[in-house]
Formats: sequence, structure tokens, C-alpha cells
Amino acid sequence: MNLARHAFLRLIARPLARFLTGADVIGRERLPRAGPAIIAANHTSHVDTLLLLTVFPPGVVERVRPVAAADYFLRGPVIGWFSRTLVGIVPVARDGGLRDDVLAPARAALAAGDIVIIFPEGTRGPANDELAPLKSGVARLAAAFPDAPVTPVWIEGAGRVLPKGAFLPAPMNCTVLVGEPIRWTGDKTAFLNALRGSLEALRKTAPPQRWLQEAEPDPPRSSGEVGGSEL
Amino acid sequence: MSDVISLPFSLFGYAPPPLAWPLLWGLAGVIALLTLGALAAALLPLVRPGRDYSDLKARVNSWWVMVALLATALALGWPATLALFAVVSFIALREFLSLAPARPEDRLIILGSYLVVPMSYGFIAINEYGIYLVFVPVWVFLVTPFLMAMAGQTRNYLQRASSFHWGQVTCVYAIGFVVFLMRTPAHLPMPAGPAGLVFLLLAATEFNDVAQYVWGKLFGRHKIMPTVSPNKTWEGFVGGWASTAALIWLIGPIFAPLAGANLAIMAALLPLAGFAGDVTMSAIKRDIGVKDTSHLIPGHGGVLDRIDSLTFTAPLYFHLMTFFILHR
Repeated sequence: MNLARHAFLRLIARPLARFLTGADVIGRERLPRAGPAIIAANHTSHVDTLLLLTVFPPGVVERVRPVAAADYFLRGPVIGWFSRTLVGIVPVARDGGLRDDVLAPARAALAAGDIVIIFPEGTRGPANDELAPLKSGVARLAAAFPDAPVTPVWIEGAGRVLPKGAFLPAPMNCTVLVGEPIRWTGDKTAFLNALRGSLEALRKTAPPQRWLQEAEPDPPRSSGEVGGSEL
Repeated sequence: MSDVISLPFSLFGYAPPPLAWPLLWGLAGVIALLTLGALAAALLPLVRPGRDYSDLKARVNSWWVMVALLATALALGWPATLALFAVVSFIALREFLSLAPARPEDRLIILGSYLVVPMSYGFIAINEYGIYLVFVPVWVFLVTPFLMAMAGQTRNYLQRASSFHWGQVTCVYAIGFVVFLMRTPAHLPMPAGPAGLVFLLLAATEFNDVAQYVWGKLFGRHKIMPTVSPNKTWEGFVGGWASTAALIWLIGPIFAPLAGANLAIMAALLPLAGFAGDVTMSAIKRDIGVKDTSHLIPGHGGVLDRIDSLTFTAPLYFHLMTFFILHR
């Protein structure tokens, strides 16, 4: 593995993840130790990728590669170098023409024995939101590598540290919850339902590192000014 | 044998203060207790098998790390102690703000809240006691809710504003008193230097936590606050209080200018404050619905779980000590 990525992960990514999120992991022993393997996680922030790159022990993290949108992560020479060399992304074309070709780089990575991180929601959602509908790419990857375990991972709180569109990260604790690996069952819908069920079950056990929910409706407003000082 | 040992180096031109011998004996005592704990963790599975002792083992192992960090910081003097506790305050505050009721509009308020750590500890660094005393309890208290009002979200406003301030006071302001002890003027009577004052506070507070736990495990029958902390018992509380009071009574005069009635008052009150800090944090965690504030320290939980009693004992100890010294 290249030295630059190794130095980046050890000296920048790991300390940064610890500083920003505390990087708590529950169920670390369920993470795959070798590829080919698939990690399927919810996605609310770039911090998700940062966290997932730091939860693997040295010796394994060298093989961990996040699947990422080429149009976003290869949009310039500098960010492209950063994404490819340091983060180690597997670039996929989101707008891709031939549906199956889009995942060819991810299949190649799995064939090479890598651990591939995929965010099956397809894009980052808001911090508090329910899991978005899962795209079928993860199922097609699992079907192509039926022996590769698919490990569901719920990341709680990352969308508060750096939500989509925000520039400054705010340090807040996050928790990475690793579920029991699931396997390709031969049926796309059943597989996606199992993955979704597992992710939602993990979410229920997560500490409440989320924003206050909109529970009660707005209180009735009186027509007059409340608490005005003109008496 | 001389009274003090000087470290043979200086740090960025800052020479650490000489260490008093009592501190080395104190450290030896702590290491002896930890060795006892490690032996218990190793032998209990052989004596009474069938139970899981991995938690005890993790607890003791984490204590070694914490003791090493604290001993190093105290040996290096106030700047290192300040740096260590500023980090402790930051992590505790991050744990607290991550669980406190907050809305998306509070994200920048939370980001700004961390500025309280360098500012509050900065006043300790420049030795501005008067400003330190009022900075968090008055100025941060006034400014944070104002900024929240500017952000414009009034839902759960009072609940959010007050919990933010609760975190700032406990995690930053209260813990800062530990470091302010290190800035005690040298002309005041201190049998083991400023580090001795800190050592007694930390040793008594943590001994109280451990003693309550051990007494409770061994003899706990009657629950003391079942709705707040179901594992706490009267036996643990009384046993811990008596053990800690005895410890302070015995070793207090070696490390701090305590004698007679002052010593008795400190011995009686400090373990009570430790218990109070512990159950207050338990009430908050129960309200939020978590058992631990994070998983940073194996066997202990989060930093905030570890320092919950210290958030009460540090200000009490500091102010009692100030009162005793000024009214000699």
C-alpha cells in the first residue's frame, strides 16, 4: 500500500475522527478482517467515510475502499488525487449509461480482495431522517460475489458534525454500530429488505446522538405581542 | 535525604517545580492499590469462577493509564496539568453536548461552546482568578442564550439553553478548579506543594468512587436512590463515606494544610460531594436514556462518567481550602 495513504490514515484521518466524533465503535469484532467483503452503511455526512476508514485495524484498513461518486470526488485534479490516493475511493459514475457497467470498478476491487464500503442510499441525507430507500447496487454487488459477507453498519450522529452543505465541522460524539454480516440469498428484494431491517435494528440500539425530534406541534400563538416591555 | 527532588530538565524554558517526597509516597500508595486491584481481577476468576470479571480487569487497566497521565502531568507542573485537564474538559463537554437536547439551529452554538474551554483555561494560565470565577457562571451564562435567540429557534429554548449551560459549568468551570489549585501562591503553607493539593483531591475523589463501588458490591442490600441509580446502595454510600473520610483524616495533613476542625470538615464533606456529583450525573443520564456518556475509557464509560464526582468535589475542595487558608 502506498506510504502517502498510510501516513494520511494514521496521522490525519484517525486523530481527526477521534477529535471530531470520539469514534466509538460497538461490535468491532463483527467487521470483516479480509476481503472480498462489503460494508453497507447509512450516509449523512463525509464524516461517515472518515469514521469507516478509522475503525479498521492496521493491516486491514489497507484493503478498505469506499465506493464514491466520480462526478463529485474526481471533479478536479487536487480533489481527485486526494480521493484516489489518500482516501482510496472506488470511483463509480452516478449518471452511468449502461446500468451494470457502473459497478465494474467496485466488482474489480472485490475481485482483487478489497473490503468495499458502499452507501446504499446513494447520497447523503439529513441527520435525523429515516433511512432513504436503498438502491439496488449493493444487491448486484452481493449477487456478483455471493461468498462476500455484507456487513451492515449504522453510523449515528455524523450528520450533526458536518451536514451536507456545511463548511465548519462541529465536534460531536458519533457511534459506529456494526451488525451481523448478511449474505446474498438469491433474491434482490429479500436481500435489500434484510439489509434495511438490520440497519434499522442497529439504529434502535444507538445512543440518542441526534437532534430533538419535532414531536409536538407549534404552540398556539396569541395575537398580541408576548412579553413586550411597553406597558 | 533532601526534602525535594528536582527533575533534571526544563520544558520550553519552564522548569517544573521540585517534587515533594510525600507525592512519591502517594504515587507508590496508588500503585500498590492498583496492583491489589489487578491481583483481584486475576485471582477472582480462580477463587469464585462462573462470573464475568472482564469488566473489573478493563477498569483496572484503564486506571493504570489514567494514573500514568495524571502523575506525569503533576510532575511536569501547572502547564502540563492545565493541558491535560483542558483536554478532559473538551472531551467531557463534547460527550455532554452530543447527548443534550439540541436542535439543528444549535450546531454553531455547540461549535462556539467549545471556545469556553480555551478561554476558561486561558484565565487560569494568566492567573486571572477574579475573571475566571465569573466568566462561565455569568458571562457565558448570559451570552449563550442571547446567541441562541439570535439564531431564532425558540422551540424548547429554555430547556436547550439551560442544558448547554449545565454542561459548560460542570465540564469546564468546575473541573478548572483542579488546575487552579496548581497556581496556589508558593508563599502559602503547603506541605507537598500545589501538586500535593491536587493529589489529595483526586486521590480522595477517586478512592471514594471505588470504595462506594466495592462496599456496594460486597454488602449492598438496601437501595438508596432506586429511581435514579438502581445499583447504588446505602451500604455502598455509608461504607464509601467512612472509608474516604478515614483516608482524608489519615493522609490529608501530609498533602494539604489541613488539621483539627478543618481536617474533620474536609473529611466529612468531600465524600458527600462525590456521591452528590455521581447521582446528579446519573439523573441526567437516566433522563437522556443512556447508561454511559461514551465508550472512550474501557470499563468506565466516557470521560464524563469518570469525572462526574469530580465536578462536585473540585469546587468544594477548592473553596474550602481557600477559606481555611485565608482564615488561618
